[in-house]
Amino acid sequence: MKTPSLQLDEHGRLRHLLTMEGLPRDLILRLLDRAEGLAQATSGAEKKVALLNGRTVVNLFFEASTRTRTTFELAAKRLSADVINLQIAASSTSKGETLLDTLKTMEAMQADMFVVRHEASGAAHFFAEHAAPGVAILNAGDGRHAHPTQGLLDLYTIRAHAPKARSAGFGALSVAIVGDVLHSRVARSDIHGLRTLGCVDIRVVAPPPLIPAGIESMGVRVFHDLERGLDGVDVVILLRLQKERMLGAFLPSLAEFHADFGLTRERFRQLKPDAIVMHPGPINRGVEIEGELAYGERSLILQQVTHGIAVRMAVMAEILGSPAAEVLS
Amino acid sequence: MSSSSTALSLLIRNVRVLDPSSGFDAVVNVGIRDGRIDHRGEALPDTAYDQTLDGDGCWLMPSAIDLAARFREPGATHKADFQSETGAAQAGGIGCVVLPPDTSPVVDSPAVVDRINGKAARIHGLDIAVLGALTQGLKGEALASMSALQRAGCVGFGNALAPLRNALVARRALEYAHGLNATVHVFAQDADLANGGCAHEGPVGTRLGLPPIPIAAEVAALRLWISLVEDTGARVHFCRLSTASGAQLLESAQARGLPVSADVAAHQLAMIDADVEGFDAMAHLVPPLRTARDRDSLREAVARGVISAVCSDHQPHEPDAKINPFPLTEPGIAALETLLPLLIELVHAGLLSPLQLAARTSLGPALVLGRAEPAISPGSPANLVLIDPERRWTIDTRDPLSWHSRGRNTPFAGRTFCGRPVLTLHGGRIVWQAPAAAAGAA
Repeated sequence: MKTPSLQLDEHGRLRHLLTMEGLPRDLILRLLDRAEGLAQATSGAEKKVALLNGRTVVNLFFEASTRTRTTFELAAKRLSADVINLQIAASSTSKGETLLDTLKTMEAMQADMFVVRHEASGAAHFFAEHAAPGVAILNAGDGRHAHPTQGLLDLYTIRAHAPKARSAGFGALSVAIVGDVLHSRVARSDIHGLRTLGCVDIRVVAPPPLIPAGIESMGVRVFHDLERGLDGVDVVILLRLQKERMLGAFLPSLAEFHADFGLTRERFRQLKPDAIVMHPGPINRGVEIEGELAYGERSLILQQVTHGIAVRMAVMAEILGSPAAEVLS
Repeated sequence: MSSSSTALSLLIRNVRVLDPSSGFDAVVNVGIRDGRIDHRGEALPDTAYDQTLDGDGCWLMPSAIDLAARFREPGATHKADFQSETGAAQAGGIGCVVLPPDTSPVVDSPAVVDRINGKAARIHGLDIAVLGALTQGLKGEALASMSALQRAGCVGFGNALAPLRNALVARRALEYAHGLNATVHVFAQDADLANGGCAHEGPVGTRLGLPPIPIAAEVAALRLWISLVEDTGARVHFCRLSTASGAQLLESAQARGLPVSADVAAHQLAMIDADVEGFDAMAHLVPPLRTARDRDSLREAVARGVISAVCSDHQPHEPDAKINPFPLTEPGIAALETLLPLLIELVHAGLLSPLQLAARTSLGPALVLGRAEPAISPGSPANLVLIDPERRWTIDTRDPLSWHSRGRNTPFAGRTFCGRPVLTLHGGRIVWQAPAAAAGAA
């Protein structure tokens, strides 16, 4: 398979981060540990470490995103890298300048890493295949395919906050991923990561039009009934539902989705007492989750954002940092 | 290439002749003179020939008739043109190509047909036929002037890959074509179900997050068109089948006596959905590569003759067309030169007999076009291909001796094939000869 070899070099070191698929367990754990160390190191008033002094990180976003871009920007800045943000309308690349031209132009400005988000699945692979040697690609989301830093930060959050993950490991966890699995790169990245860390009870819960064909082959069970899907789980990961899904006839209405697949107070009460609730954000209040639950005590939605910065720092440091700088890991 | 070479008389000795029209399959001597075959038999002819070839171990069969090859003229000569692709067809052992109507401008007026035929007339050593548009501008709304297009020389009609969303327009188009006794070439894929997808709906596409094209897109369209055939009696040829269910539907329609035939692209018999792994843009095809089960069913349908034609579905591209994230690349592969080699591999695998190979690439397509059955018997035109089934050959798209199409977009670059055309004859003239094949010449 081409995917893992593209992101790992011959020594198994991370060269690009494109997908959670094929990332070795040891590497994932090392990144999570490193994120923990960096979170501690930057938790005081001084939030910067000098790991990537003089390196240049370019955020290359072909899809609008403020939050994700900001966390990548903060991550790079806290590592002391120089950061450039480029928001490129997908249409501008169709006016003669190809994606390859864009990449090569930015490379000529001697960037060390591109953080890439694009609406087409496989876009990050494309950039990695064409990047000059020594230029790293960090996938910040490509179509429905992958969002590996979100996958890592979800693992980080589960490890930090789900009691059973601490006591018995990922192998003992039951995880439900609820909502628009069909269009979700987060779901795919979470599934790969959870599987690699040994999780065997992964459930995807959605009405049939939002379940992609053959997803069982990724090692999950499919539920079309939320009560059954949530029964006994330790972790609930809610996915964002794009409001335009009604147009494609995936759903009759947001209200019906909320009634059948939304996390309501009633359903929340039926969860195990120590179950945690996650969401990649931004949430649609009253759709995926009842508004007042969003920032309740067992909701980790805001912690995910914070963890996201540490995880992204860890990935950037792992790829761009010199081995000598690993004292912080 | 050497289309200017004079028509020398030629004797091919001890060659395995595959004549699908008569079912003849035996090692004989074949004489060619004045553009036609003048001798076929175990005995050597009495008369002398200018040139003699030893055909030991080789197959001689009618050159292929390719029901779908895009030469990109007019409109996209940055991808390919008549000159560049003629050489590729000849090197692929192809003697006749049928061009789909989705050029720019579309083949929906006699003027465009005249323009294409004018270009074709300047090409030597390859027959070039063209399909006319079924609807104006391929828009699926108003009927194209089929009668005028037929008079201008179109050998059938089709809407290429463009959808015909309105079933009433489809029905009227069939009725009208039926009145002209014309065959309608239908690419059966429901555009709404395909929904702009770019990969087979299944585990591989799901894992890669590629927008899916379900099997139902082919099946639903086939069912609709088959009902319209029942309704109108029109003759329909289904292009580029991709699914096992599609092949089954076709077979049951044929069993009911309906005038339906079908073809498949050779690469659909070789590749599967897993070949898109790693977002390989060379495996971005329309219809998409399906499962191993679909491929196996298609192979079986070809062997049994349910699918009576195998085509190249040649779609040459400029390099930029494939340099993009997978969903944004242009689908299709440059395939003239791999049509026969891929099928020869099926023969080696025991999935197809040599005679079946010859039938699906010459007799089957000829019947779809309503042309004379290609034959290898005294009096028939010498449009032939000599195949060395053991010749090993590695595709190097950078080597002009190895690869002729201007489109280098092939998933088979660097692959070594066992078996290839070594000599192509058109009207008795040698129009192409593989490098080093001259070793067999006496």
